Amino acid sequence: MPKLIVNDKEIEIEEGLTVLQACEQAGAEIPRFCYHEKLSIAGNCRMCLVEMEKSAKPIASCATTATEGMNIKTNTLKVEKARKNVMELLLANHPLDCPVCDQGGECDLQDQSMFYGLDLSRFTEKKRSVKKKYMGPLIKTEMTRCIHCTRCIRFATEVAGIDEIGAIGRGEDMQITTYLEKAMESELSANVIDLCPVGALTSKPYAFEARPWELKNTETIDVMDAVGSNIRVDTYGWEVKRILPKINEDINEEWISDKTRYACDGLLKQRLDKPYIRENGKLIKSNWTDAVQLVINKIKNTKPSQIAGFIGDLVDLESMYIFKKFFNKSLNSTNLEFRNEKRYLNPDERINYLFNSTINGIEEADLILLIGTNPRQEAAILNARIRKSYVKNKIKIYSIGDPGELTYPYEIIGHDTSVIKDIIEGSHHVSLKIKNSEKPLIIIGESILNSDAAEYIFKSIKNFLTKNDKINPNWNSFNILTQRASNVGAMDLGLYKITKKDNYEVLNKLNNNEFKLIYLLGADELKFNKKDEFIIYQGSHGDKGASIADVILPSAAYTEKDGYYVNLEGRIQKAFKASYPPGESKEDWEIINNISQFLNKRLDIINKFDLETKLIKSNNLYSKESYITKEKNSSEINQSKIPFINSKLEIKQIDYYFTNPICRASKTMLECKTVKNNFKLTGTEG
Amino acid sequence: MLKDTDRIFTNLYNDESWKIDSAISRGDWKNTKEILSKGKEWIINEIKLSELRGRGGAGFPTGLKWSFAPKEIGSRPHYLIINGDESEPGTCKDRDIFKFEPQKLIEGCLISSYAVGAHTCYIYIRGEFFREGQKLQTAIEEAYEKNFLGQNACNSGWDLDIHIHYGAGAYICGEETALLESLEGKKGLPRIKPPFPALVGLYGCPTIVNNVETIAVVPTILRRGGKWFASLGKPKNTGTKIFCISGNVNNPCNVEEELGITLKELIEQHAGGVIGGWDNLQAVIPGGSSMPLLPKNICDTITMDFDSLIKEKSGLGTAGIVVINKDQDIIKCMARIAKFYKHESCGQCTPCREGSGWMWRMLERMAKGNASIKEIDLLSEVTKQIEGYTICAFGEGSSWPVQGLLRHFRKEIEKRNSSDPLIIKQNKNIPYLIDQHLLEEDNA
Repeated sequence: MPKLIVNDKEIEIEEGLTVLQACEQAGAEIPRFCYHEKLSIAGNCRMCLVEMEKSAKPIASCATTATEGMNIKTNTLKVEKARKNVMELLLANHPLDCPVCDQGGECDLQDQSMFYGLDLSRFTEKKRSVKKKYMGPLIKTEMTRCIHCTRCIRFATEVAGIDEIGAIGRGEDMQITTYLEKAMESELSANVIDLCPVGALTSKPYAFEARPWELKNTETIDVMDAVGSNIRVDTYGWEVKRILPKINEDINEEWISDKTRYACDGLLKQRLDKPYIRENGKLIKSNWTDAVQLVINKIKNTKPSQIAGFIGDLVDLESMYIFKKFFNKSLNSTNLEFRNEKRYLNPDERINYLFNSTINGIEEADLILLIGTNPRQEAAILNARIRKSYVKNKIKIYSIGDPGELTYPYEIIGHDTSVIKDIIEGSHHVSLKIKNSEKPLIIIGESILNSDAAEYIFKSIKNFLTKNDKINPNWNSFNILTQRASNVGAMDLGLYKITKKDNYEVLNKLNNNEFKLIYLLGADELKFNKKDEFIIYQGSHGDKGASIADVILPSAAYTEKDGYYVNLEGRIQKAFKASYPPGESKEDWEIINNISQFLNKRLDIINKFDLETKLIKSNNLYSKESYITKEKNSSEINQSKIPFINSKLEIKQIDYYFTNPICRASKTMLECKTVKNNFKLTGTEG
Repeated sequence: MLKDTDRIFTNLYNDESWKIDSAISRGDWKNTKEILSKGKEWIINEIKLSELRGRGGAGFPTGLKWSFAPKEIGSRPHYLIINGDESEPGTCKDRDIFKFEPQKLIEGCLISSYAVGAHTCYIYIRGEFFREGQKLQTAIEEAYEKNFLGQNACNSGWDLDIHIHYGAGAYICGEETALLESLEGKKGLPRIKPPFPALVGLYGCPTIVNNVETIAVVPTILRRGGKWFASLGKPKNTGTKIFCISGNVNNPCNVEEELGITLKELIEQHAGGVIGGWDNLQAVIPGGSSMPLLPKNICDTITMDFDSLIKEKSGLGTAGIVVINKDQDIIKCMARIAKFYKHESCGQCTPCREGSGWMWRMLERMAKGNASIKEIDLLSEVTKQIEGYTICAFGEGSSWPVQGLLRHFRKEIEKRNSSDPLIIKQNKNIPYLIDQHLLEEDNA
């Protein structure tokens, strides 16, 4: 623990911190542009200069390691002069077009020039102007404003893992560009907008929409994938204008994926704001009384065993909890299912469906085996962690099945289940590596769980890891990568029906058209042939589910209600209401509660708070927020019962920009998808 | 004047041949094995004793630099890098060493590599020195044939391989850390120091970077003894140095001389005097374009060595002497140098990127008489905003020449820019400007 003096105040700091961090701990704020905690150090903006005893020149505090006995001064005239000098030079070629710049109000250069800028410009030469660069549908560029801090370059190479942004030219002719002026081919590309300290890279969909001081900020949780990134939703009245990341070191650090950030314009389009009833094959606008009456009549006239409920991808815990209660108590039905296709599920233990090593744990891993998963598309933020771990520890990454282009090098060791058999029997070289590794990380993707061999793979891998003591209280190497925000919560609350014989009872019955009444709670991805079922769709967007529905009950989207979500690690987080439901739409729990009242089978829910309390009490896992399961001991499953099935493992490529109804309603996501598809064209298609 | 017997570079003018046999006949590669057998400690001590200072510009004691390399070779290999990216305007000494004395350099590489524990030596040559590089390559091949290099070089038991790497023509790649980046295949941007290359250098391994001339004089020093070298020149500024004299002289040349020789003697004796006579001298840039110039009154008496030039707020640098006589427009000359630095700035850090262009533009206007007197102070301030705030020494290199101009020729600039530009415009029958009446004395 080195001790040093900052502004005559002695402080003790951790080993390896920079002078800048030490100064911050001592309460002395240091202005900076190029320095960023999560990126490598460039030391090129020279704004963070401080005075050090025994050093003739001022030192760049971001690039100097704090060592024992340093005497740092940040409040002297010399330091102030240095900062003013640098600020003047930064502003020399900066256009000073703040009134028309989207960064205005949240611009580092603007803020710091209030402290260190001169009140008049001494630079009388002609200012440099730089051509705009095309960086895709998300990033708007105005390169004249660039101050060459290189944060974007460092982000692209280090975190996103693509060498697509760089600087060309030299000296004052240096320009930041994507070399061929094409879109950044990354799921994390828009984070450079947050990183840019000036208005050189701004958000294209948000261009000239609002000023930051006009927006209301709500910190909440993202539902575009199962990672549960922490976000800040900025609203202007009802409209969600933009979504920004909120720092959570355990989950998304400082980044969010492009889908999380830009699907928000989908919240404004394709919305269901009135109940609809299908008459003569056409959906007709209706009202709540009629729609609920129709639903009640249908429920009363249908046998409970012929009623089924399906839960969508974006549903919060409260809605699922009350939906289950509604089905069990009001309807006497147990036909509930959250899966939209035949995906193997073993709910014996909680660790059977969680990402047990945790997202933070990825950084400690010394070997990663991907089984049938493409984390880059299925969980972009988690993929960034894998890359971070790769960059930091140079770990070896193997994959079974071909996931396509990832942001780190990996080795494909096979394409079918026989490789898994080899590993388990010890005849594969990776087998020994897993045994010898202290903290291996095995990630099983949904593509595998959807296949015929799901049960074999699941059980044998778990047995193999248990046998070799890779699932223990210190380290659980067994991970399932869930893709949907609602799924872990649904599994926790038991919204599935699994019998000993049949893992997919409800889905099988659905495909055999055995149900007469189907209640879709935001479920849009369900694929089945509709015959004469009566379908109730309750959701926020007019999407696949609504198109087959006989009655539509409009409900709130994820930014329009408070609600709990459990992410893929099993961490429960609360999302907060940023906006309100449009038109006549209501929150999910209200609708269900209403129906149960009209059925004269009231659920004992008084209000939202009551619902929350009951939900938390119902499951002792949820008694504490951000709880991650601690039960990491696992019992072996009897191996002899599982027959080996030889099948080819194919990783299903998901349509990254189009995974849920909100994305599909978003214009920005459509643009992204078009651009991405155009990449794949080679010019030889004819 | 340096005695012929004390001359190190005896083939500086290619009087004999640059080929290896000729070099051997001049005394190169003599007793190299014995020198190496005396051990690293002895070699470094002898270099320390000779008080040899780096010839690349900064004048850092070479023996001291070598002693920074880790004593034992750890898990990471050591590297020796010869900086031959000679781009400083006014300097052309390394080029002649490549051309005419390659064996001295190669022998120096072997001895220095041994002293710092390197088995690999890279020679980074400026990209424009294509022919010189070819010659050096031939010379290296000749040395390999004679078993002076490669495995068990000179039967000393030490292995050494030398590789040549061509730059791509960037001045900044002569900065040692930018050179390392360039050598690694990246863009030549200087690194932040510390850590210094002696500990974390090429590919993160301990690396010693030396100038061509520094390494080329090492074998002779060791053969004749550090004391002999120290006896030449002045205390702390010992030995001989190749001076490159160019500009307005009758006979531009490279000449090896003792440090501490007077500038006047150097120019009069070796370069055939200033064109138009000594009295026609206006100023001299004593150490390559990045050093502040000296006006005639200082040039009359100044001696050419590190310390006495620093006393005059200039520096010996690479000893590239550029003579400027009174036929030249001194402001234009400096504007041209400022343009060079604006063009060669790497663009990494703010002060140099933005400031070098600003200085050049102001100087251009001053040369034309289109600046105001206030701007002279502004220019002086801008040079000080760059100096000392940058990652590498380029900031100093670009601002010093301007500071030198302002220090010694301020009157010249004031004279040329005495009238306010707005009034000039009026005189030239340019439409009357708003507020112009305020500038006219009657109305003020």
